Amino acid sequence: MRTAFIDELCKLAENDPSIWLVCGDLGYSVLEQFSDRFPDRYLNAGVAEQNMTGIAAGLALEGKTVFTYSIANFPVMRCLEQIRNDVCCHNLKVKIVSIGGGLAYGSHGYSHHGVEDLGVMRCLPNMKVVAPGDPIEARAAVRAMAADIGPGYLRLGKAGEKILHSGPVEFEFGRAIPVLKGSQVMIFSTGGTLGIALDAAGDLQAAGLSVAMSSMPSLAPIDRDAILDAARTVELVVTVEEHGPGGLGSAVAEVMAESGLSTRLRMVRLRHEILKIAGTQDFLRASLGVSREHLVNSVLSVLRPT
Amino acid sequence: MTEIERLQSVAQSLRAHAVRMVHKARASHLGSCLSMADILACLYWQVMKIDPANPALPDRDRFILSKGHGAAILYAALAERGFFPVEELDSYCQNGARLQGHATTCVPGVELSSGSLGHGLPVGCGIALARKRSGLPGRTFVLLSDGELDEGSNWEAFLFAPQHRLGNLVAIIDYNKIQSFGRTKDVLDLDPLADKLRAFRWDVREVDGNNMQQLCDMFNSMPVDADCPIVVIAHTIKGKGISFMEDQLIWHYKSPSDEQLAVALAELGVTA
Repeated sequence: MRTAFIDELCKLAENDPSIWLVCGDLGYSVLEQFSDRFPDRYLNAGVAEQNMTGIAAGLALEGKTVFTYSIANFPVMRCLEQIRNDVCCHNLKVKIVSIGGGLAYGSHGYSHHGVEDLGVMRCLPNMKVVAPGDPIEARAAVRAMAADIGPGYLRLGKAGEKILHSGPVEFEFGRAIPVLKGSQVMIFSTGGTLGIALDAAGDLQAAGLSVAMSSMPSLAPIDRDAILDAARTVELVVTVEEHGPGGLGSAVAEVMAESGLSTRLRMVRLRHEILKIAGTQDFLRASLGVSREHLVNSVLSVLRPT
Repeated sequence: MTEIERLQSVAQSLRAHAVRMVHKARASHLGSCLSMADILACLYWQVMKIDPANPALPDRDRFILSKGHGAAILYAALAERGFFPVEELDSYCQNGARLQGHATTCVPGVELSSGSLGHGLPVGCGIALARKRSGLPGRTFVLLSDGELDEGSNWEAFLFAPQHRLGNLVAIIDYNKIQSFGRTKDVLDLDPLADKLRAFRWDVREVDGNNMQQLCDMFNSMPVDADCPIVVIAHTIKGKGISFMEDQLIWHYKSPSDEQLAVALAELGVTA
């Protein structure tokens, strides 16, 4: 996904001289593609995320479209107040890019696990929050972010994520991307769990269920219509995400709870605890309750109770 | 009246506005406003290129109040300079007014909303960098408090600006030696401050920040196309200009009573 990001950003920067890339001393062997071509619009701010984000706000006050870049929590949590006060309060064109969101930095440990970012960012005013599900969504999201007038947060995976969509997708802020149609269960997925959602949907179809599935890269704004449509038509809505409380499940629950509809809802999300073990991304996801099996079982426990 | 006397008179009138505003609003941070009055008068009436009729003038100098709690006197300066009607100062902190207690861009002429400390200098670095790389004129002035130098984000910016040779950036430290819980030397001692900043590779200037002649001489002799950011350590007195408020921590918090207002205005040479 980071390759998709930097490719797309370079393409955009060719035609838009206002685009800057500012990193916090991370992105070795990735960002050179941009810095070699646009040295005057590239900045390594050093290991100093607060200053990096303040600088980004200053650049944006001068009319620049600034992408800040670092890994996992670093461009989000360390400088959260700069994002809130300097960027969001002034509605500036600062786009925060986090590489390795979720548990992508597996064995690096809790410091490198971005598992609260979506909830934190979607509370901020003016902030568009996007977690693409595959490189195709990532490219589309980068284009939309660059064109949008205000702040944005882009949670990306790391490297080597599979392309899951068979062709180009229509990305729009506040719009889900329909993948499968069905009448019994709707699965909403955000970010890197799109593959899990697709696999689980296949398993559930094989078990005889009619399964709808949509990717929801845009968490803020969220596609209320898609949620309400699903809540009116299916028996069960399930969310899946590589995030703890506060993310997609919470956002969908807010919309459904206010709707007055009594459609059942299940959230497949990371258990709210701090991991004390090492492991791969897949292993750690499953350890905290997010896997193809967890998603399948979550649906079957409601629709096919034993 | 000499130019210096005129600027001193401007500073006194800004102080009078701040005292009235804080009194009426039952607000706080009056001591912080009074210590920076002379700096604002010098910058807004003598040093900076600005156009109140066109606040977004592209090649204007930028002023960022990082110590956003000094908003009352910044608003007074902006109103007196013509960015908005002076009468609006009466609405400071009143229900529904745009003049909030900390600096906000809702008010014409304010370049950055602030209030949480340690934000102004990084943003100033970004503005200065954008203008330097684009070859655009105009300097960026950032006014900081001494207490806010406790914030690590400032030191990130102090490292950054010389690295990128931001000669179009001027940081001014309102060094009144008092922060919210006591004397800076007792809370987190900044000294030797000039040596620290020199070690960070800034061009360090020290002045009596309540002496208009020194302020004007210093700002007027400042290079406009330097290769190195400049930091002004302005030694000031918290509560400057009102005898019973000078160097008193309590005026970080208190608003003056009706009687204190009358005494304060009399000391400033203004009738209520």
